[in-house]
Amino acid sequence: MTADRRQFLRETGKLLLLTGAAGLAFDHVIAGQPESAPGYDATRHWWGMLIDVEKCIGCGRCVAACKEENGVSPEPFYFRTWVERYHVRGDDLEHPVVDSPHGGKDGFPERYRTGEGKTFFVPKMCNHCADSPCVQVCPVGATFHAPDGVVLVDKKYCIGCRYCVQACPYGCRYIDPALHVVDKCDLCYHRIAQGLTTACCEVCPTGARQLVDLKDPEDPIHEYLRTHKVHVLKPHMATKPKAFYNGLDGSVR
Amino acid sequence: MVMSGPFGHGEHLVRVAGLLAAGLLFFLLARAVLVPSDFGVYGHYRASALADNRARPLVHAGRAACAPCHAERAAELAKGKHAGVGCESCHGALAAHAADAKAHKARKPDGRALCLTCHRFNVARPASFSQVDPREHAPEGACTDCHAAHDPGP
Repeated sequence: MTADRRQFLRETGKLLLLTGAAGLAFDHVIAGQPESAPGYDATRHWWGMLIDVEKCIGCGRCVAACKEENGVSPEPFYFRTWVERYHVRGDDLEHPVVDSPHGGKDGFPERYRTGEGKTFFVPKMCNHCADSPCVQVCPVGATFHAPDGVVLVDKKYCIGCRYCVQACPYGCRYIDPALHVVDKCDLCYHRIAQGLTTACCEVCPTGARQLVDLKDPEDPIHEYLRTHKVHVLKPHMATKPKAFYNGLDGSVR
Repeated sequence: MVMSGPFGHGEHLVRVAGLLAAGLLFFLLARAVLVPSDFGVYGHYRASALADNRARPLVHAGRAACAPCHAERAAELAKGKHAGVGCESCHGALAAHAADAKAHKARKPDGRALCLTCHRFNVARPASFSQVDPREHAPEGACTDCHAAHDPGP
């Protein structure tokens, strides 16, 4: 009997050990390859963008730099960021006249004269919403919130179904004419992971665009948000955008 | 009544159960093969998509990359009104130049067209921003004849 009990314990021990080891091994299997991200901890950031409408001069450097940095098609229909010119006559805030020739890449030809109404530039881009409709509608998990708040696209996994293009309330997505998958601003993810700022912020001559890290207590954005009248686009969509606009006019959609 | 098979009428149920089990097995196998191994580690996406997005090469080097070689220019820029303007705003994307300065030259911008990109009068620009009507203010010649591009003066 004693021998049987010893044998029983030995076999049970083996079984427990092996199932435990198999469980651990399986964890490794489902975890896949470890990330190749030396020194970048996505969980320590929460990226956003500060756009100061009152500083934008509509030079279009951001649009050109973005296209160059991210290999966006040079055709005038594809933009990760673009600049719009708003023109509001009198009190008709509901019907602003908006134009954006080539996304503002080559500047804006003179079209309005002083005293005809108010005219101003509004840079647009992906708002990197915390509650993004585009992420919700993606049927395959090809667009997602990175742990640092950036809305990214997995181009290897995207099936090009265009649901997200329709879902984005800000019109920030397009289908890449070469790859036939979706593309949009990724906040220059390859740059910010290296501690650089985005291409558009790098070339903005007036500082109208600033990359901000809302998780960094040292970032001047916190003081800025406390002391300025800042707005987001389409707050009624409840998308929690992280592109903050200073000096935004009520006519901007 | 004729009993069919060893389970009698219950055999119908056994067959259906077998079909369901086979279907489930097929689904689990297909799922194991088709879903990438790192899907769902951080959320409903491939974990390696983060690294894929980070893996692109730089095109703009950033102004900090210019100062080590062009200290004189950087100092000139820092004291003037163009202090906040990045090198690549005017000289174009320079990551290739920063990596190999001999093979890739920086762009020398046009001393009139480029200036007017920002400084041509446009009613949509903020009123406090320096703007000129080039038809009145120096209709001919380069802006750089009077203004130093890096430290443009008043």
